[in-house]
Amino acid sequence: MSANKTTGRAIFAGLAGFVFAVGLALGGMTDPNKVVAFLDVTGDWDPSLAFVMGGAILVYAPMFLRLKRRSAPLLDERFHLPTRRDIDLKLIVGAVLFGAGWGLGGFCPGPALVSTMSLSSDALVFAASMLVGMAAFRGWNSPSRSRK
Amino acid sequence: MTEFTPLASAAGGALIGVASVMMLGLNGRIAGISGIVGGLLGDFSAAQRWRLTFVIGLLAGGVATRFFAPQAFGAGAPVPTFWLVVAGLLVGFGTRLGSGCTSGHGVCGMSRLSRRSLVATLVFMAVGAATVFIVGQVGG
Repeated sequence: MSANKTTGRAIFAGLAGFVFAVGLALGGMTDPNKVVAFLDVTGDWDPSLAFVMGGAILVYAPMFLRLKRRSAPLLDERFHLPTRRDIDLKLIVGAVLFGAGWGLGGFCPGPALVSTMSLSSDALVFAASMLVGMAAFRGWNSPSRSRK
Repeated sequence: MTEFTPLASAAGGALIGVASVMMLGLNGRIAGISGIVGGLLGDFSAAQRWRLTFVIGLLAGGVATRFFAPQAFGAGAPVPTFWLVVAGLLVGFGTRLGSGCTSGHGVCGMSRLSRRSLVATLVFMAVGAATVFIVGQVGG
């Protein structure tokens, strides 16, 4: 793999991250109260964030269909797409835990990181805790753990 | 009570879509934040540099937001600090256990018509809504 492509991937990932963050902020995902209002379906419901997901899917889905026909992306030898199709307990429990944390704190991973740059203690505390949670999963899931 | 902002939210979503298309077409990767960040923890080799730069890009976008549109960050968290710690731990562990979040499962996964992602998205949306309901009842 040429070093140029590795660098290219890094550069464009950086650009994509920036655009992604601007999209999150513009869309309202970085406002935890707006997230809670979106999930407050029986109360003061603000459906705005459905338009975030809708807008994203409207752009992404057609392009996914076109791009997946290619044998490889522009800057790598192959696509790196998920292959699993089974619905297992980890998926469900993981989604339950994530949903609970998201509803409680109002942040999901992307907005949590973007919001750290507001330097608010709330965002910093959440993001730090999130990283600890991710690290905890890694420790729990590591191959050295004995499997029954 | 927050303002209904269909146009700004749709535009923000479109940008997320564009960024995700970039990651797919150029890097061949799913733009799932929990996966990108999770994969970065403990692996800082050259091949994974794109993960680091993606996160740097996210943070740079955060800096730009702070200077040009700080109102996007909202007016404080919905729960006290202790519960933010709990919430963060749940999000960190849960997204890794469940192999994705709103971007990975919600945007990319559902666009691919992945059954796993559809189920995951429905579950975390429903649990999220239930959590907000419960917190609302408890908080008064």
